[in-house]
Amino acid sequence: MQNIVMECAQYIIIFLITCYTWQSFAYFGKKSEVQKRKIAARQNFCILGVHFLGYVSGYLATGKEELILLYGAQTVYFICVIFLFPTAYPDCSRMLISHMCMLLNIGFIILTRLSYPLAVKQFLIVCGGSVLASVVPWIMKKFRELRKFAWIYGIIGILLLLTVYLTADTTNGAKLFLDFKYISFQPSEFVKLIYVFFIAAMFEKSSSFMQVIKTSLMAAVHVLLLVASKDLGGALIYALVYLMMVYAATKKNLYLFGGLLCASAASYTAWRLFDHIQVRVTAWLNPWTVIDTKGYQIAQSLFAIGTGGFLGVGLYEGSPGQIPIVEQDFIFSAIAEELGGISAICVILICLGCLLLFFNIAIESRNTFYRYLAYGLAVTYGIQVFLTIGGAMKLIPSTGVTLPLVSYGGSSVLSTLCMFAVIEGVKTFEKAE
Amino acid sequence: MKKQNNTKKKKNVKPKDSNREFYRIMYLFSGLFLLLCGYLCYFLIFESREVINNPYNLRQETFERKIVRGEILSSDGEILAETLITDNGEEARFYPYKEMFAHVVGYSQNGKTGLEQKYNFELLTSDIPFYEKLYREFMDIKNPGNQLVTTLSVKLQQAAYEALGEHRGAVVVLEPSTGKILAMVSKPDFDPNTIVTDWERLINSDSADGILLNRATQGLYPPGSTFKILTALEYMREYPSAPENFSYECNGIFSYNNAEINCYHGKSHGNLDFIGAFEKSCNGAFAYMGSDISISDFYDLCESFLFNTELPFPLAYKKSSFLLTEESEDWELVQTAIGQGKTTISPLHNALITATIANGGILMQPYLVSEIQTAYGQQVKQYLPSVYKRLISPEEAAALTKLMTSCVTEGTGYALLSDSYTAAGKTGTAEWDEKKESHSWFVGFAPAENPQIAVSIIMEEAGTGSDYAAPAAKKIFDVFFSDKKK
Repeated sequence: MQNIVMECAQYIIIFLITCYTWQSFAYFGKKSEVQKRKIAARQNFCILGVHFLGYVSGYLATGKEELILLYGAQTVYFICVIFLFPTAYPDCSRMLISHMCMLLNIGFIILTRLSYPLAVKQFLIVCGGSVLASVVPWIMKKFRELRKFAWIYGIIGILLLLTVYLTADTTNGAKLFLDFKYISFQPSEFVKLIYVFFIAAMFEKSSSFMQVIKTSLMAAVHVLLLVASKDLGGALIYALVYLMMVYAATKKNLYLFGGLLCASAASYTAWRLFDHIQVRVTAWLNPWTVIDTKGYQIAQSLFAIGTGGFLGVGLYEGSPGQIPIVEQDFIFSAIAEELGGISAICVILICLGCLLLFFNIAIESRNTFYRYLAYGLAVTYGIQVFLTIGGAMKLIPSTGVTLPLVSYGGSSVLSTLCMFAVIEGVKTFEKAE
Repeated sequence: MKKQNNTKKKKNVKPKDSNREFYRIMYLFSGLFLLLCGYLCYFLIFESREVINNPYNLRQETFERKIVRGEILSSDGEILAETLITDNGEEARFYPYKEMFAHVVGYSQNGKTGLEQKYNFELLTSDIPFYEKLYREFMDIKNPGNQLVTTLSVKLQQAAYEALGEHRGAVVVLEPSTGKILAMVSKPDFDPNTIVTDWERLINSDSADGILLNRATQGLYPPGSTFKILTALEYMREYPSAPENFSYECNGIFSYNNAEINCYHGKSHGNLDFIGAFEKSCNGAFAYMGSDISISDFYDLCESFLFNTELPFPLAYKKSSFLLTEESEDWELVQTAIGQGKTTISPLHNALITATIANGGILMQPYLVSEIQTAYGQQVKQYLPSVYKRLISPEEAAALTKLMTSCVTEGTGYALLSDSYTAAGKTGTAEWDEKKESHSWFVGFAPAENPQIAVSIIMEEAGTGSDYAAPAAKKIFDVFFSDKKK
């Protein structure tokens, strides 16, 4: 009996995730408000359905009663977000809210499966973060002069990164976390947002040559501080975001291609200089010859994805725990193993859905600062998703970046919630104008 | 004031085409994300099977919970390994032929070896129809795993197993025109059915025994006189007229600078031509040839014959080595020319060299599994013969076949004389320890004019090639051809 339920759950989850994804793309063709609401209702049903089945499987597999409690709390959370947020901000993008919930949902299910205590911790941070994020659009509406503080954003960002560089302890070869007694947090995740604010504010003033030079210098300081802290995945994201924003602001191909050329040269130099980049490149080129050491993680990730196949082995049936750091950098492999390749493809498409919404909101916005802001956040999000998923399946070397909203990590999920909230803020601001 | 407001608003309102860069970057990211999806599909469809079949993938426990390990069959459908369910519901791997296939089929408990290891994931993958799998999963019945159809022949394996007798050693039998391995035996052996209970004894026994070692692929031996095939080939390349003009006066001993080479038991062969030197396996004549050839060319020839390099073989093996260089001393040069010195070779490798000659100079990719089937016998994947590489020209192969044929008809391989087929081959007596008996080698194939079977046999510490390994080869050939007649 238990087996039948779990088997059914496995296939229905795939079906629901696929339906959800299908609906989210069907949305783009729909114009009428009624149709949009219908789609939103179906999507909410899918989210709650997947969530329910995920926890039913968890309960049947482990017999832990605390899962029921966690399930109840999370359900309340989802319902609150889905219904309260649009009530507070009627002009928000409901689709973006749904996407956020779906990604959080998949993250919750897989984290609970990997480690119950981590899942609880993550859920608490998400709750707190959501409260914080829910006031962001209000702040953006209230304080209309956010675009005027360009230098303040730049300086705060640099100071935070400098603090990390000077005081942080080294974990996994990089300085990432600031430790306070009870919590530790990763400033580079938040500086990522402030950094986009900074660049957007600078280019809102002017996109003249002098302005580009000034902004470039400040951006370079950010990147160099990250390199000095050996957070090379972060440095890569910062550098690429800057290049794409310069391109959008100046409309000059030269900046983009020249910048990419410089970035390639810098990557090559970094590869020559830094041991842990060489490790990752070696592991990417041929993990099988160094499977005992450097290639172990990526090989385990590929085993997980390959063993899962298109349909997955089913929740609690696989061994994603074999992959080191699976909750963070390699959560995608755990999803592919247990929920299956089809679900994993849907996750990529849902992320793409978020990205398209980001770009859409940027394009539709008429306020230059918010245009650049939304665009910059879209690019940040896109790069991060591409780096982490591409790394997990060995399309590119792994960079140690988390999958936004899905991976474990307080700072990451908090900053991503804020990112979504800022986008919603841009959207509601636009409507209010 | 109003005007100012207007201009400010204008600054904020962008014309449509200013979104061009935004759209470009959006399309770029859409492309990248679709690339992720595409690559994931590509990986799952084309690469994942190969990737997950890796001993480092510890997920086999996951598979074993859901799938009953598939069967391993001989080429004619006899079961070599199967999983039986005992009365109390436990699974037990059963090997009906016990010791006979122990090394090549391998075992699957206390680690995995042989085919059980190489095809582990195929055996633990079930390709029965989708609906049936679904039904079984719902009913909580394990799915039956895929089965392997090997190229191994029970008759030949048995013949080879018996031909080795009580001796340690190994036999490799293959079909030169396809590369199919027909038999592979290694002794001493063990019973894979009781591997768990015997484990302590097997790994603690005198390490020299190496019972678990597959000597056919992992045993490295001096090639002895079987190596004269390659020395003869190199000499013919440098002196194309050698088969007609070569002559050597053997008085049982050959001196070269400071080095001396004796013929076996100091026997003097008298006046020998090229064929005579080969069929009598005259050490003096071959040492003389060795002293008269280019070492670097000889080295290249051996490398082209896969010394010091990887062999195209699916199971675990050891690389053969040929270490002669321009700097080597005289004794090493002449010793190497007659198959002693520092050269080592595995029985499998010697079989591949022989099969190449039998197949007109082309080495076929050797393989052990011809088909993977579902538990119901439907084909999942087929492995067809494929050319590995041409190693020598057809003329060279013909010339070597001629030498090897006369080795049987006129020389040391006389044990293989038969009315029903003409065999070709070369014996070898590999000295490895002055106080101990030599290793007995034979490599050869039959029928010489249209080779269908090639063998490589080593019998450790047995004695001469002509007295032990050659008669063993005869037994295997006899079984093969009497079976053919029927």
